[in-house]
Order: sequence, then structure tokens, then C-alpha cells
Amino acid sequence: MFLVSWWFAFLFRIMRAPDLIRFARDAATGNPLRTSLLVLAMAIGVAAVVVLTALGDGARRYVVGEFSSLGTNLVIVLPGRSQTGGFNPGNAITSTPRDLTIDDAQALLRASAVHRLAPLAIGTSEISYGGRLREVMVAGTTADYTKVRNLKLAQGRFLGEGDWRRGAAEAVIGARVRDELFGAEAALGQLIRVGDRRFRVVGIMASTGQGLGMNTDELVIVPVALAQAMFNSNTLFRILVEANGREAIEAAKAQVTEIVKQRHEGEEDVTVITQDAVLATFDKLLGALTLAVAGIAAISLAVAGILVMNVMLVSVTQRTSEIGLLKALGATGATIRNAFLTEAAMLSLAGAVLGYLLGQAGAALIRQLYPVFPAYPPDWAVVAGLGTALLTGILFGVLPARQAARLDPVQALAKR
Amino acid sequence: MSAALIGLSGIERIFQLGDSEVHALRHLELRIDAGEYVAVMGPSGSGKSTLLNLLGLLDHPNTGTYRLEGRDVTTLSLDEQARVRSERIGFVFQSFHLVPRLTAAENIALPMTLAGIDPAQRAVRVTQALKDYGLSDRASHRPNELSGGQRQRVAIARATIMQPAMILADEPTGNLDRATGEDVMRLLEELNRHGVTLIVVTHDAVLGARARRQLLMEDGELRHDSARQASNA
Repeated sequence: MFLVSWWFAFLFRIMRAPDLIRFARDAATGNPLRTSLLVLAMAIGVAAVVVLTALGDGARRYVVGEFSSLGTNLVIVLPGRSQTGGFNPGNAITSTPRDLTIDDAQALLRASAVHRLAPLAIGTSEISYGGRLREVMVAGTTADYTKVRNLKLAQGRFLGEGDWRRGAAEAVIGARVRDELFGAEAALGQLIRVGDRRFRVVGIMASTGQGLGMNTDELVIVPVALAQAMFNSNTLFRILVEANGREAIEAAKAQVTEIVKQRHEGEEDVTVITQDAVLATFDKLLGALTLAVAGIAAISLAVAGILVMNVMLVSVTQRTSEIGLLKALGATGATIRNAFLTEAAMLSLAGAVLGYLLGQAGAALIRQLYPVFPAYPPDWAVVAGLGTALLTGILFGVLPARQAARLDPVQALAKR
Repeated sequence: MSAALIGLSGIERIFQLGDSEVHALRHLELRIDAGEYVAVMGPSGSGKSTLLNLLGLLDHPNTGTYRLEGRDVTTLSLDEQARVRSERIGFVFQSFHLVPRLTAAENIALPMTLAGIDPAQRAVRVTQALKDYGLSDRASHRPNELSGGQRQRVAIARATIMQPAMILADEPTGNLDRATGEDVMRLLEELNRHGVTLIVVTHDAVLGARARRQLLMEDGELRHDSARQASNA
């Protein structure tokens, strides 16, 4: 009989997994406050990862999207030499050694890879109509600007073709400028004063809404020569070049650089960037930002992990006599360790799932509030968040579980 | 003569309390045969609880050997000892030691759950046990919904569910009134009549007198063994 019992024990000495899970679940639900606090802490950690990465990645997608809408196959020429070769924000304020002129821009049209281009001069000025006055940004450019930038007109027409160095006293105004200056009145054909010059309104830009780069809603567009005269400057802010196609971008870049170099006495004093380079830079920058906020959010997961450990340690202390009993009833150390580990894993899993749902709800709320902002958490962040939650929960559950498994049954039973 | 279930020889158990040593058990020699009904008595601190823990493999002697069913169990690994507890030993405690969040049925099933016995077999045995101990209508009650007597009956059902060779009862009636305690003792004695070795620790002389054999402990030593006296006489 003794032998039979030994054989029997050999066959069935491990607690069955469903029993283990049910036991751990009952132990967890036996103390609802403790359990819900723990699950909440874990949930907040995971939700933070999901929401913050959704914000970071949303910002990245938003910027990338906006840059793509800037125009296609774009090569941008800006005055001044950037040492790094790539795009950096310092380009915007570098001093100009030699002006980038309208003649330079016109010369670029000779390049075979260039489809069309638009020079751009930027400044601020006052605009007035019928006693109403406001400060606006004035862009001086040429007829191809709308085509290069993929912009649409709401009414009228854009600046006419003609001599770039002269230009008619015509202006195209942004949707917001129109609203503020003219209200319900018809704007087309009216004369407005910009700075000390008078312009006739020939067109109104379609509203673009909030956008990166330049928002045309609050812009007044005039012929480039007139803008330069108004700002008393010969230099251009940018030349926007559209290459013949995607594969022509590099050729266009090389040709543009070469032409400007020749025109500037062999000195390469402009920076030519492609949209791809700008995009890549922003993509990298905002990707790093997302990673950084994910890292910060992960700290809250580590904190939640430590909380798991703490709570499980308290639980071991509270359930000392139960552990003693289980040992008396024949539970091995491994069984008890598994029971506590299972409990920690279940709590972490519940917290992770709850946090995932909360995070997705939060991201959905952000998308609801800001429809243009694509706040979707990236897949890697969701996987990493859930994984980290489970891992920390189990990792920090090991110590309490081992402590429980090592309890001396006599002392554990004596404790009430 | 029946086979020796328990054989203790040269058992010493010393506790370290600060820098003083306490001899909880001294040169203990004891043999208990299968099917015996033994009461271990003595004042508190006499070592009777230590003896019970030792017999239940919850505690280990500093020296000496403990043979259970002919096998030296002092040298077994912790896991092997756990298995012996699971298969051969049933515990009944003064304070019942039921798991409060589990129902009566689940408490009774606990040793089988821990041993990994399949649920269908568990259900059959628990149903039978509930019937045997008059708890059928209490199966889904939690311990706090049971009377003291019912709790101890659940505990006894749990102790016997694995069909152990012996039951170790530590003051099984200590938390019960006389009438309920009487019921519980009758249950335990009924088990003993069916062949289970019953060892009861108590300091209640009336309770001890019901056993066929009395052991009296004092200062960690076995002062009196009614069986030995009888054989000597």
C-alpha cells in the first residue's frame, strides 16, 4: 500500500494549472481593495505608455504628412551655407554672404531636371482696407507658386505670368485675411493698401486650416519684385524648385547647386535641401521624441512593478498561516511559489489589459478632440508596454513568492 | 503484533533562543503501531506540540531518526517530505485553519487540489466526504458561515480526504464547547476504529483518558507511557 501511494504521488504531485490559476484568482479577489489598487497602478503605467507614444508618434505622422502636402518632388534653395549638409533649424537664421536674387531663380529654369520653380520673399507689413488695419505676412512670389506648392484658390485667379522683375500691382489674399478685412463684402477687384503700396485683389486662397510650413490663410501674396521693393531687399527667402520627377530630384539638386555656384563666382554659398532630407530629419527627431516619452512612461511601469513586489510581500505576511497550512497539507515549496507567481502575473496581466484599453480610449479621445492629429500608438509601443508590465510584475513577484515558499511551516502555522 | 507505523529513536530537538538553548525534546524513544489511539498530554511548554510537528514532518530533529512505515523520513528532501505529508498524514488543528475564501467543499478538496488529482475524482470524493460528515447542505458555505463544530468537521474531512495512515490532532476540541467537542472526538475515534492511527495532543485529562494509550510529556521528556507501564506490569 505504501508503494502504491508512492507511485500515485509520483504520477500526480504537481498542482494542475487550472487549479493553480483558480487558486491565485481567488486569492487575488479575496482582497479586492489591494487587488484593484495594484491593477490600477499597473494600468496607469501601461496607459501612460500607450497615450504618450500615441502623442509622440502622432506628432511624427502629423509633421510627415504636412511636409508631404507641401508639394511634390520639391527641392528648396536657401541662402547661406549649412556646414552639416542636412537640414538644421540654424539655416533659417544664417547670415547671407551673397544675395539669392530673382536672377538666380530665373537662371535655374535652364536646368534640365527642373520642371518649374517659384522664388519666395517673405516679410511682414500692414494691410488696410476701408479703415480696417492689420499686420500680415506678405509673400512675394510668381505665377507657378500654387502649382509648386499644390495650393488651391477659392476665388479669382493667382498672380499673372510676366516679367519677374516687374509685376503688376495684384494681390492674392488668404481666406482669413479676406474674412477679417472684408467680412461679408465681395473682396475680388477691391483695392487694398499693403505697406505704402496699393494692390488690387485678384484672387483668394482656399482655406488650408492649420498646417505646418506656411499657412496661407493669413498670407497676402504679391509679385516677388514688388515684395522686394516693399522690404527694400534684393534677396530671396527661398527658391522652391519642382523637379521633373521623383528620380530627377538628385539631378535637380546637383544642377541647381552648380548653377548658383557659377553665378556666385564659384562660391557655394547656398544650401539646397530636398524634401526627403527634411522629412527624414523630422522623422528621426520625432521618432526619438516618441522613444523618449515611452522611456519616461516605462518608469511608471517600473514603479508599478515595485508596488507589485510590495503588495505581494504584504500578502505573504498576511497569509503566513495559510501558507503554513498549505505546507501541512502537502504543498511543496514549488507549488506555493507558483501560486504566488501566478497571482502576481495575473494582477499584472489584468493591469496591462486594463491599461491598454484605457490608453487606447485616451488616444481615441485625443483624436476626437483634435481630428487632424493622428494619435495612434505605434505597435511596438503597445507590445513593449504590455510586455514590460508582465515582465516587471512577474520579476518583482519572484522575491515574495520565494519568501512564501521558504516559510517554516511550524512558525507559519503558529501565527494567527 | 501489528507493524510499527512510527519509530522514534534518540530524538533531540533543541531550539536556539538568543544565546540560551531550549531542549524541546530529549532522548525520545517511541514506537507507535498502526491503528493505535494515542493521547499526548502534558503542561504547555512540555514539548508535546514539538513532538506532533515532528511526527507530521513539519519540524526536524537535531539528532535521532524517525522511521515512518519502516522508512527513515528524516533524510528525505523537503519535497519528498511534502509528498509524505500529502499522502500519509492528516492534520487537525485547534483553530481549524480553514482557508476563509474557499467554500467548505473547496477546503475539503484542497489536499487533492494541491496533489493534482483530477477534478472529476475530486468531486466524487468531496461529495462522499460531505455526506459522511453531515455537511452536504453546507458544501458551498464559507468558513465564516459555519459553526465551530461544522468548521472542525470540515477540517477533519479535509484531513482524511487523502486517506492518510495517521491523523495528528492538536487540541481538536480546544475551541469548541463540550457537546460539539464530544461530537468531534466521536468522529475522530470512529476513524480510528476503521484503522487510522490517531494521535491527539491535549492538556485536557478527560479527553486524554479516552485514548487507549497515554503519553505524558514534561520538559521535553517522555515521563509516562501507559503502554509501557502495562507491559511492565
